[in-house]
Amino acid sequence: MFDGYTSSELMSIFAMQGFAGLSLFSVFVLMALGLAIIFGQMGVINMAHGEFMILGAYTTYLTSGFFQSYLPGLFGGYFFIAMVLAFFICAALGALVEWLMIRHLYHRPLDTLLATWGLSLIMQQAYRSIFGAREVGVDLPEWMMGAIPVTDMVDLPINGLFVMVIALSVAVGVYLLMYRSGYGKKVRAVVQNRPMAEAVGINSAGIDRATFALGCGIAGIAGAAFTMIGSTGPSSGQAYIVDTFLVVVFGGAQSLIGTIVSAFGISQAQSTMEFFLSGSMAKVLTLLVVIGILMIRPEGLMALKVRR
Amino acid sequence: MGTTDTTATGRSDGKRSGFRKSLMTLAASVMLASSVQAATPSTAEVNTTELAVTDDTVTVGILHSITGTMAISEIGSVQAEKLAIDQINASGGVLGRQIEFVQEDGASDWPTFAEKTRKLLRQDNVAAIFGAWTSASRKAILPVIEQFNGMLYYPTFYEGLEQSPNVVYTGQEATQQILASIDWAVETKGAKTFYLLGSDYIWPRTSNKIARKHIDKLGLKVVGEEYYPLGHTQFNSVINKIKLKKPDVIFASVVGGSNVAFYKQMKAAGVDFTDEKPLLLTISVTEDEIRGIGGENVEGIYASMKYFQSLDNPNNKEFVAAFKEAYGDDMVIGDVTQAAYLGPWLWKAAVEKAGSFDIDKIREEFAGIEFDKAPEGYVRIHENHHLWSKTRIGQAQIDGQYKVVHETEELMEPDPFPEGYQ
Repeated sequence: MFDGYTSSELMSIFAMQGFAGLSLFSVFVLMALGLAIIFGQMGVINMAHGEFMILGAYTTYLTSGFFQSYLPGLFGGYFFIAMVLAFFICAALGALVEWLMIRHLYHRPLDTLLATWGLSLIMQQAYRSIFGAREVGVDLPEWMMGAIPVTDMVDLPINGLFVMVIALSVAVGVYLLMYRSGYGKKVRAVVQNRPMAEAVGINSAGIDRATFALGCGIAGIAGAAFTMIGSTGPSSGQAYIVDTFLVVVFGGAQSLIGTIVSAFGISQAQSTMEFFLSGSMAKVLTLLVVIGILMIRPEGLMALKVRR
Repeated sequence: MGTTDTTATGRSDGKRSGFRKSLMTLAASVMLASSVQAATPSTAEVNTTELAVTDDTVTVGILHSITGTMAISEIGSVQAEKLAIDQINASGGVLGRQIEFVQEDGASDWPTFAEKTRKLLRQDNVAAIFGAWTSASRKAILPVIEQFNGMLYYPTFYEGLEQSPNVVYTGQEATQQILASIDWAVETKGAKTFYLLGSDYIWPRTSNKIARKHIDKLGLKVVGEEYYPLGHTQFNSVINKIKLKKPDVIFASVVGGSNVAFYKQMKAAGVDFTDEKPLLLTISVTEDEIRGIGGENVEGIYASMKYFQSLDNPNNKEFVAAFKEAYGDDMVIGDVTQAAYLGPWLWKAAVEKAGSFDIDKIREEFAGIEFDKAPEGYVRIHENHHLWSKTRIGQAQIDGQYKVVHETEELMEPDPFPEGYQ
């Protein structure tokens, strides 16, 4: 396995692979947080999560076009504005979808699954009609391209670092919101015992809508961030959705910490194995391990302990 | 239409009636005068198998995905086929008949392709089908088109290992694309080590098998071979492996959305393709794909194809101008789009050579049919239903176009069943 590599090369391998794993980790965290919030709070599996993400990516695409045409001087900073826009546009659409569709389907998990899947198809075809079937290229400001050379072998990609910073900020933001704010207290109350929370005067329908919007908004931020590393096309969201479900289910559906731990575990396992095996085999092995652990712990890594 | 010289030599069997022979001579001489208006043989004469042919029209089918994930690739082919049909109609049609078409949507779903083929052949009785893009859709069409004896004109470069009497392959099969490109990398770039990378399905795997065999034969070395699932978006690990193995050439056949992720992440990892260390040689990135990837992310890579939009010849200039006039100035034209454009023209040439729309009669005439108005230059149909064509190497420019840096001197012979490569 280590044949033919010198020890300094091995050190570089582990450094680079560790970094590759960390970038994968930040991608997982960005995707899974939104999904986990919605699933944990409402028991709704949002199959259209990937499409909300792509909405964020298209928002970034449009913003970059706008800046190129009208404000070329500020192009270097457009990305931050794009992320904010992506968050609010996706959150607004999320709130609308919750009001139109999801709220009528609570307590019917299978129906929400179908309904959100249908929504994902509608959104994909809408992108196709509006933006065309071809993937669009999102131009990045100059400072986001390239890499920081650390040693001869090790280069740290700037956009990977940037995605990592975004993921970290979003995770911290969500943590503060959930555990240090009045809204978070209400959310946790509803998650733990909905009738009791309602009995003490919490507007659980309002909380649901806000949470769904928040989850979709985070998907939008993820979409904006992924324009740097992936493709932006009508069905690009599909590429992320399976991994995201895996992370959420493996982490324990109602636990945000669990989501982060599972994202870390899966990403590190995947990228380490990818180096020594082929890409397809690494995926197979990762899935096998996850299935094995879920058989022992069906609730996921970190299940929330509540009395039912 | 370079069919005139072969009409004389191509018909050596004595079964034809003298009447038709003289008709053919007439048609040929009329074609020389570049007008086919005058020769309009009777419908009973040119259509004995109840195809949708009337005294002044003939109906063909177009079958591509215009919805679903493959729409991104296939829409260009539809546009090219419609353009060719319009141009043929403007120049007098086929055997004096205007072409009409029925378009069906394969919806990126392989069973749908089979079903729509059945509909086109049985209900619309089309005289030809221009369609399919992925190998999976072609394989789905195959049993139907063979059962009802239709003729499919298939535009995509593909893995070979197939030769149906009911298909004409207007794209390149794998050996045409691969052998010439590896020879080029070895001869002009002094490449000694190769890293093979592809998406995980039949076309990249077969292509890499052919590549590996050829590299072995040249006495050179493959230092890595790697496949990633379709739609894979994280290539950091393989990029690290490539950095470590330091191959002279990365031979890439990654497709679809994965392409975008791969090139963006290569660029982000500090790889500048214009340095050619390593040199990246791809068989899957056409001008179409670059639109999604972004020219700045692929600047400097080399692609091996038979056609690039920037080809400098009068046919191509005309073609590109006509395409842009029909579909807008911002259109780009990739290898497959050009191959799709050949379909209707080759069909017309075969029909006029056979003097009939009958599938069986056309089939006998395929071998040796030439088309010298092709945007890629001159092409000829091989008796194995593939095309003789030149292979070109282009280097990607920042504006998303390729600059042609090499072209094979001879036409490459199509060899769908390469010996020892399977």
